[in-house]
Amino acid sequence: MGLTHTSTGAGAAEGALVLRRSGPDQRVVALAGNPNVGKSTIFNYLTGLRQHTGNWPGKTVANAQGRCTHRGRGYVLVDLPGTYSLMAHSAEEEAARDFLCFGGAEEGGGRRRADAAVVVCDAACLERSLNLVLQTLELMPRTVVCVNLMDEAAARGLSVDLEGLSRLLGVPVVGTSAGRGEGLEALMDAVEGVIQGPAPVPCAVTYPPPVEAAAAQLAPILADRLGDRIPARWAALRLLDEDPSLLAALTAASDWNPRTDGVVQETLLRIRMDLERAGVDRLALRDAVAARLVGEAEEIAGAVLARRNPDSGGRDRRLDRILTSRATGIPVMLLLLAGVLWLTIAGANVPSDLLASGLFWVQDRLTGLFTYLNAPDWLHGALVLGVYRVLAWVVSVMLPPMAIFFPLFTLLEDFGYLPRVAFVLDHAFQKARACGKQALTMCMGFGCNAAGVVGCRIIDSPRERMIAILTNNFVPCNGRFPTLIAIITMFFVGTAGGPGRSLLSALLLTGVIVLGVVLTFWISRLLSATALKGTPSAFTLELPPYRRPRVGQVVVRSVLDRTLFVLGRAAAVAAPAGLVIWIFANVQVGGLSLLDHCTGFLDPFARLLGLDGVILMAFLLGFPANEIVFPIIIMAYLSTGTLTEFSSLEDLHRLLAGHGWTWLTAVCTMLFSLLHWPCSTTCLTVGRETGSFKWTLAAFALPTAVGMAACLLVATLARLAGLA
Amino acid sequence: MSIQQTLAALQVGQSARVSQVEAGPAMRRRLFDLGLIPGTQVTCTARSPAGDPAAYLIRGAVVALRGRDAGEIRVSLLPEPGGTA
Ligand SMILES: Nc1nc2c(ncn2[C@@H]2O[C@H](COP(=O)(O)OP(=O)(O)OP(=O)(O)O)[C@@H](O)[C@H]2O)c(=O)[nH]1
Ligand SMILES: [Mg+2]
Repeated sequence: MGLTHTSTGAGAAEGALVLRRSGPDQRVVALAGNPNVGKSTIFNYLTGLRQHTGNWPGKTVANAQGRCTHRGRGYVLVDLPGTYSLMAHSAEEEAARDFLCFGGAEEGGGRRRADAAVVVCDAACLERSLNLVLQTLELMPRTVVCVNLMDEAAARGLSVDLEGLSRLLGVPVVGTSAGRGEGLEALMDAVEGVIQGPAPVPCAVTYPPPVEAAAAQLAPILADRLGDRIPARWAALRLLDEDPSLLAALTAASDWNPRTDGVVQETLLRIRMDLERAGVDRLALRDAVAARLVGEAEEIAGAVLARRNPDSGGRDRRLDRILTSRATGIPVMLLLLAGVLWLTIAGANVPSDLLASGLFWVQDRLTGLFTYLNAPDWLHGALVLGVYRVLAWVVSVMLPPMAIFFPLFTLLEDFGYLPRVAFVLDHAFQKARACGKQALTMCMGFGCNAAGVVGCRIIDSPRERMIAILTNNFVPCNGRFPTLIAIITMFFVGTAGGPGRSLLSALLLTGVIVLGVVLTFWISRLLSATALKGTPSAFTLELPPYRRPRVGQVVVRSVLDRTLFVLGRAAAVAAPAGLVIWIFANVQVGGLSLLDHCTGFLDPFARLLGLDGVILMAFLLGFPANEIVFPIIIMAYLSTGTLTEFSSLEDLHRLLAGHGWTWLTAVCTMLFSLLHWPCSTTCLTVGRETGSFKWTLAAFALPTAVGMAACLLVATLARLAGLA
Repeated sequence: MSIQQTLAALQVGQSARVSQVEAGPAMRRRLFDLGLIPGTQVTCTARSPAGDPAAYLIRGAVVALRGRDAGEIRVSLLPEPGGTA
């Protein structure tokens, strides 16, 4: 889940990969493979980095690089997004294919192809993995085949004859269990071997005679033009196939455009006529090539796989029945969500209080220190009452729920539950004429909406991808959860604590999230009927095997990463915001503070929405990070009231009530928190992912408009009914 | 002797052999990548709460397809292991 700097916040907004080698003798090794076979796990183990892993296909959507040293030699490993084939369909598959074909741009200019490729296979699903292996071998003879998940295959009663596989493929084959770090030394040995030694001569798939004849005619012509950049036979097969995205990438990566090359086009035309006469049109050719690859993979897998016991997926099928069936699928999903939220709320209470008392104790000591040093009042005010105090609020209110929610959510992710959510919810997306994988991007949105927006690359259809991008913000990210939890606790459940109360809070929060999800369906449907008209396109969704999460690792990583990340962001954004608030509250213009001027200006409009000027201003100032919205509200109220001790939710409740908060204010603030503009990072990410200012504006305006409408409606109705 | 139908009509637990893939070019290619070519054996393993999509075991991996997509794949039903299909 979006837990580290690389996938949350600014990291999610990084552009295309630029290879960074620290020396000319560092080798570049690409890690390719089907989705969800453990590429990122291997990458992390070898590089010591923390690229995200998760038990669902499509976790990695952009190339990532990392360094490792093996036997004194340096390597740059590139973790590619999962791909089923090199005849790419989607953005992230194109990223993988283009890296294998043309390499990556290098720091200091130029491009560099990988010195070797590692194709990671799933031992328990070898046949399909081999399809990609065979395609890669056509493109990259210096390839090592890594048969990963050996432990899982063994548990299912499958064994793989690795030596036999190596003989059949003509390249080194290494068995690994990346989850336990087994076999990875041997893998790097093999990588060193294929780079240092002579290029292996891999097995070549033989296509039907007319296809082979056509490729043989075209290849020599291409060989002249491509040199040793990419194998001519492979390029010939792709040109015959007329893969438009590959042609574009080829033109971009080299100075040669096959479409304007007269000789090539002439030859192609002639070949195509020959093929047509032989009864092979373009579609038939494509089918023949694909079917031959599948057939070859089937033969090889059949020769090297031994199965000890026949039924392997029984446990998974039983779990699927519970988690996705008509009777239990949706109830179990809601129960799991509520359960995770309950644990979050119940678990966050105590640390939250402890942190608050600790941090405010420190504040008193700081005040004492400033007094002792005879520091001027304004300095104490700006630093302690401004910067320090807002930091303290961010840490004490925001941090504990996040530090608990994330590990829990990551456990579900590692278990393999997220694709089942997509499976269960797909029918609704189908009715909204959107893609079922949108559910996966929404799940990522719980972590960070920017990460969710990047994750939308797993959706092939541009129309459906845009819908997913525009609606991602309807899922509250971790920066908004704690605000919602705090308000629910203070206004609807009571702050007394106890398991019953946190259960009620969890149910209410579940309701808020369900509202967000339902709105996602509606808005998606609306977009499908208006600006993004169209019918749903075909897609496939893989349901991976259930896997036991590595609990210790998940908990340590997500708590540590999350903690560091939040503290970093709090320091970067909340501190200056605290300073600004303090200055605003203390600089007087015409008898009123700047703060009063601002909030006074916003107040009439905000009241219409059931909010007040302070709340609306906090949302505006919270544009860089949702985490600071609630702390700013508190700060703004505190700066205008008498300063007393505020450290618990109870004190806060009194503070808010003292500033006119009613249940309606609470409801509208929650609604607005769920439904308002995406944070600045998310907006930037949408800008980069869509490449369009217009759509970025739409991503900003859509949730804002919905939120304002919802608040206005609720506030007006409540007032008309005399309820508030 | 086999019964011709589409993949969408497969009941949970039933197996069939693919006879023809009629999907459009992009989906066809995706299905081929997943190993779903004529001659492949598939088993329906689950249906979502609404009945659509359904999940199919294809060459060792479970893949979910929507009804309208599965409806473009013609299959012939295979007899159930102990049954009389
Ligand atoms: N049992 C077992 N699980 C593994 C092994 N390697 C990886 N996993 C798990 O498999 C899941 C997928 O791993 P990732 O490394 O995210 O896979 P990936 O190939 O990078 O996936 P994409 O980025 O989606 O293409 C995770 O839940 C891992 O914990 C292994 O050797 N054994
Ligand atoms: Mg990955």
